[in-house]
Amino acid sequence: MTGGVLDDDKARRFRDAALPHLDDVFTFARYLMRNSADAEDAVQECYMRALNHFDSYRGPAMKPWLLAILRNVCIAEFARRGKQPAPADTVDTDPTREEIAMWQEPQASPETVLLRRHNDATVRRLVAGLPEPFRETIVLREINELSYREIADVAGVPVGTVMSRLARARAMLRDAWNVEEGAPA
Amino acid sequence: MTCEESEILMHALLDGELDAGHARDVEAHLAGCPACAEKRQAFGALREAMADAGLKEMAPAHLLSRIEAALPLPAPRAVAPRPYLQPSRRRFFGGFALGSLVTAAVAASLVLTVVRDDQDRTIAGEVVSAHIRSLQAGHLMDVETSDQHTVKPWFDGRVDVAPPVIDLTAQGFTLLGGRLDYIDGEPVASVVYQRRKHVINLFVAQRLGTAHATVTKRTIQGYNVRHWSEQGLDFWAVSDLAPDELDEFTAKISGALRPAGPS
Repeated sequence: MTGGVLDDDKARRFRDAALPHLDDVFTFARYLMRNSADAEDAVQECYMRALNHFDSYRGPAMKPWLLAILRNVCIAEFARRGKQPAPADTVDTDPTREEIAMWQEPQASPETVLLRRHNDATVRRLVAGLPEPFRETIVLREINELSYREIADVAGVPVGTVMSRLARARAMLRDAWNVEEGAPA
Repeated sequence: MTCEESEILMHALLDGELDAGHARDVEAHLAGCPACAEKRQAFGALREAMADAGLKEMAPAHLLSRIEAALPLPAPRAVAPRPYLQPSRRRFFGGFALGSLVTAAVAASLVLTVVRDDQDRTIAGEVVSAHIRSLQAGHLMDVETSDQHTVKPWFDGRVDVAPPVIDLTAQGFTLLGGRLDYIDGEPVASVVYQRRKHVINLFVAQRLGTAHATVTKRTIQGYNVRHWSEQGLDFWAVSDLAPDELDEFTAKISGALRPAGPS
């Protein structure tokens, strides 16, 4: 078990396991960092960190593991810049806020009609315009296709929080959509 | 069930995260509550719109190059020297404290009702990833032959199972060859078939997911996935083939296994 052989084997295993998820990782990075150049830097840093920790990787599945690392990279980058990216933890310190907001949604009008007309760019813009932590929750669910449990794992919150955030995220998207369509919101 | 509960759970229902009992409860509430039913419909439309919008982005090629360049040694695929050390597929949720940080009180009481079958979901995702990976140039087969008697011995010593290699050419599924792949960090055998232009990866391993005597069906990222267990082996078939054709494939494999036992 020489170091060289082990390194080759490790590198190959890492490539086989991690590189197929590059599009997922990049997409999540785009929504977190909001621009492509920053996203690319974050993704590269994510893969370097993942390789360094690959020896201790025992699961969960590779994709949520990479996305969790990426999320940490992004949060660290925001912290370094001194900007507050509204990471999930700070929003959660006031647990009543989400709850109150959730139960005070405006009564929606004929939504199905309003949802019918849409285009990709609008969807993308509305998702990108969601505040955190709702943005990351909906992206992990709808685009990265993680299970609730995996999202909870990535975001470091209980499954119940994932459920309420997802409900809130969709309610906000629906309302934004109604506004977009010129409907009475 | 109250509307408040329903407003949370209808999402879990839409996302396929509810167990059968609670799914029935939510459906029952929706059947009797027009307001909630309308919301469910709107959120369902929203999900479809998001799925249709193609929000997943492609990583730019230069980013892949950057990362590849930073990785040590672009080693070619080779026979696995040993199974990757991974004693358990159990998922770790350290600090998963029920109710400690739950934002909506309603959600707290519901946590335990959702999310089972997670291991299979995870493996299904990995199986699809492996399938996609296999379609990249030069990755599809390690041993390329339509001769089942060449493919089968090739797996000896490479995986710890003797995967059945069945020639279905006469039934319209051409045997292309075999490949060693990794699912969940474990080496698994993949027997590769083709119908028209559609590649089918049939992954075979011991204990790859929950044992299911009957075929379980999923669709992930547009790929159809079939999983079943037979003769102590777990089978995962993945393809972009139409669902009914993939069902035909799994039925033929399963049927060929049954009469004579493992060949």
